[in-house]
Amino acid sequence: MLEVHSLSKTFGGLKAVEDVDLRVGEGEIVSLIGPNGAGKTTLFAMISGFLGPDRGSVLYLGRELAGQRPHQICQWGVVRTFQVVQPFANLSVRENIAVGAHTRIRARSEAMERAGVIARQLGMGAMLDQPAGALTVAGRKRLELARALATEPRLLLLDEVMAGLTPTEVAEVVELVRDIRASGITIFLIEHVMQAVMSLSDRTYVLNQGRLIAEGTPAEIAVTPEVIEAYLGHGAAARFAVQRGGHA
Amino acid sequence: MEFLGIEIPLYSWSTVIGSAISGVFLGAIYALVALGLTLIYGVLHIINFAHGSLLMLAMYAVFFLWHLFGIDPYLAMLIVVPGGFLFGYGLQRSVIGKASHGRDEIVLLVTLGVAIVIENAALFLFTANERSVQVPYDLDGIDLGVTFVVWPEIAALAGSLLITLALWSFMTRTDTGKAIRAVAKERQGARLVGINVEHIFAVSFGIGTACVAAAASLLAPTYAVNPQFGYLFVLIAFTIVVLGGMGSFVGALVGGFIIGITEQLGRLFLGESLGLITISVIFILILLFRPTGLFGQKV
Amino acid sequence: MSDRARVIGWAILATLLLALPLYVTSGRWIDFIELTLFVAVMGQGWNILGGYGGQYSFGHALFFGTAAYLQALLQFRYGLSPWIAMWFALAGSILVASFVGYLSFRYGLRGSYFALITLAFAEAFHVLARSFISITEGGRGVQLALNQDPERAVATFQFNFADDFLKAYGFYYTMVAIMALAYAATWWMERSRFGAQLVAVRENEDAAQALGIDAFRVKMGAICLSAAIMALAGIYYVQKFLFIDPGIAYGPSKSVEALFAPIIGGLGTVLGPLVGALFIQGVGEIAKEFIGMFWQDRPGVDLILFGIVLVLVLGFLPRGLVGLIEDAWRRLVPRAGGDA
Repeated sequence: MLEVHSLSKTFGGLKAVEDVDLRVGEGEIVSLIGPNGAGKTTLFAMISGFLGPDRGSVLYLGRELAGQRPHQICQWGVVRTFQVVQPFANLSVRENIAVGAHTRIRARSEAMERAGVIARQLGMGAMLDQPAGALTVAGRKRLELARALATEPRLLLLDEVMAGLTPTEVAEVVELVRDIRASGITIFLIEHVMQAVMSLSDRTYVLNQGRLIAEGTPAEIAVTPEVIEAYLGHGAAARFAVQRGGHA
Repeated sequence: MEFLGIEIPLYSWSTVIGSAISGVFLGAIYALVALGLTLIYGVLHIINFAHGSLLMLAMYAVFFLWHLFGIDPYLAMLIVVPGGFLFGYGLQRSVIGKASHGRDEIVLLVTLGVAIVIENAALFLFTANERSVQVPYDLDGIDLGVTFVVWPEIAALAGSLLITLALWSFMTRTDTGKAIRAVAKERQGARLVGINVEHIFAVSFGIGTACVAAAASLLAPTYAVNPQFGYLFVLIAFTIVVLGGMGSFVGALVGGFIIGITEQLGRLFLGESLGLITISVIFILILLFRPTGLFGQKV
Repeated sequence: MSDRARVIGWAILATLLLALPLYVTSGRWIDFIELTLFVAVMGQGWNILGGYGGQYSFGHALFFGTAAYLQALLQFRYGLSPWIAMWFALAGSILVASFVGYLSFRYGLRGSYFALITLAFAEAFHVLARSFISITEGGRGVQLALNQDPERAVATFQFNFADDFLKAYGFYYTMVAIMALAYAATWWMERSRFGAQLVAVRENEDAAQALGIDAFRVKMGAICLSAAIMALAGIYYVQKFLFIDPGIAYGPSKSVEALFAPIIGGLGTVLGPLVGALFIQGVGEIAKEFIGMFWQDRPGVDLILFGIVLVLVLGFLPRGLVGLIEDAWRRLVPRAGGDA
């Protein structure tokens, strides 16, 4: 469904993303992990049209996304959420979700109806008439998700949707994401919360300092030396290997 | 010659240079006004719409000091500048600071509100009639060949440069100056090291107003004041600050001179009324194509 | 408050306004209400771009003045009927709005920068109107010929010499009609997809884009609609006063008048500009009476008050008078069951 080829972006002297190739197949849940500053959000920004890549291409169902504007990309079925949640603070929860619904629905009343349906699906029925600004962090994350779903995407880009949630809340959102995939939506997510990554992902890509250093199932990448080093520092992989050897 | 139906006269070089030189003198005063504005922006991130009306108020003060007490406008600086500082300090502390929370457009509107109050208070108290100061030396000066510069113009240039220098030393050498620069750079950090940020805001606003008061003294011998005076200045001041770069000292100076010269040349070639459009055009072009200005930092 | 309650409220207001001549005979009161509606219309125009769209313009006179000049000049120079000229005036204003909007939004100007560039454009047009005397009559202004033939009152859209009814109420009802148009348009917009998208762009442009909204197109739509409403005000002004000059058309007074009412009344609401206009016109009248008692009539008092109210509202009443009323309503009328 999504194919990224040689995607690169440089800011001044910093190579934020360098020659990244990846693919997301239809119906998959694919995750993108890596230490802070690895370039994950920059990658998302390029896929969703908020940044233009310096080099490379982003193909979605055969269509070139690179250089397109964000709203157009959303119209085609790719929608992203933001790492730092961006609710429409002065609008109610229902109105927030309705904005998403309006991507596909013209009539106001219908959009508001649909917003209600989606809210209830995500367990937000009780908060429909509250201003979005009054929600907790968890509520806002859920709202962000609801809004994105209302646009009827085929590919959902989730940027650290679990950040700031308690373990219970994380478990709830993990279930939600599973349900979303079950409804036919492909998911590509950036995550730091390993609990979520391990339990959700079909496949994982690991980004470090702008370059892809590993790809595989969660279980595979957990023991890949380059990944361990990226997170725990140079030599850590060797130390772990020795430790394991010592306990054998 | 004709261009789009406008007569553009072909002047001799000496006339053009003469015009440019008077633009330099005008620019010096503009630079002083712009300095205050850019300081206020650099520290408080406020685009002070009231800046022009504060200038107008200061000019009225200079006028009344002369009219009622016979004080020479340049001497009046000794009264008006501290007075301006106090007024600006109070204004920021009690009005602008209190009413400004949220987006910067809100703050802009607050300063607009203040400007409206000041302008109309002046209109109410002083009526719309022009007031001008008459000094005995405003027609004497130095003959430069291409043009004749009168003492007020020379005083304006000298005064501007001196005050700018004084301000520069203040900002770099004194503790308060350093505190101001700290707040401008990193507000939260400054708070954390114990700087009273609200006080610094008010001091900065006060200094900005003091600059304007000084400029008023320098302008008084040459320009008459009426309540609308400030409004005309506002667009010019903004253009300079945007051209020079918001928050940049050097930018305000350079911008001031550029605009001063441009305005005079514009007046020369396009006539009194159309000449002013050069300001608007420059402003629009900068906003569209280089909003950070010549010396501003990219956000 | 439900939509049905609102509709009833507006219907009552409409009836009161339409039936005005039945219970108000004083010309002065008619003028007062007419002027209030005029300010309310300009305020609604500004509100569309500023309140709903979140783009604060400091140069809204640009759209007023362009329409006014076109309306005046087409009659003055080419003897065009005012009923035909008005379409050109409307189109001209929208064209200028598209131009300014295109430049500003294409180059991503937001917030204060947008406010300043609209100011610059208004000033530029001010200077142009003063300078291109061959086109605009310059500082002298355009004076339209007064029609004194009652038979031609409607044709020339001038009611000063019409029959009794039109003479007294012609321009009043014109204003009511314009207001009905402008407010109905705003009401409709608020409940449309465009309105929802506009408000989303105001709240958070990036998030809105991520949700499929073409922010540029939405903002362009807003500025054009806003300009159209200002144009109606400009057309009315020319027909009523038969005179326009650069200061009136493009000067700061109209720009400031246009933003007072919606900010004080309540940004992003249909009722806001009307409440705001009523408030400032009312306070202005009282102030002038009061001052007139102690000093002779001196200009500026009302604006001092408006400036003070503006600062107070910005600082302490972000949702304006309508917000205040809504809060009071909510406290006095507790909902049964409601949104638990």
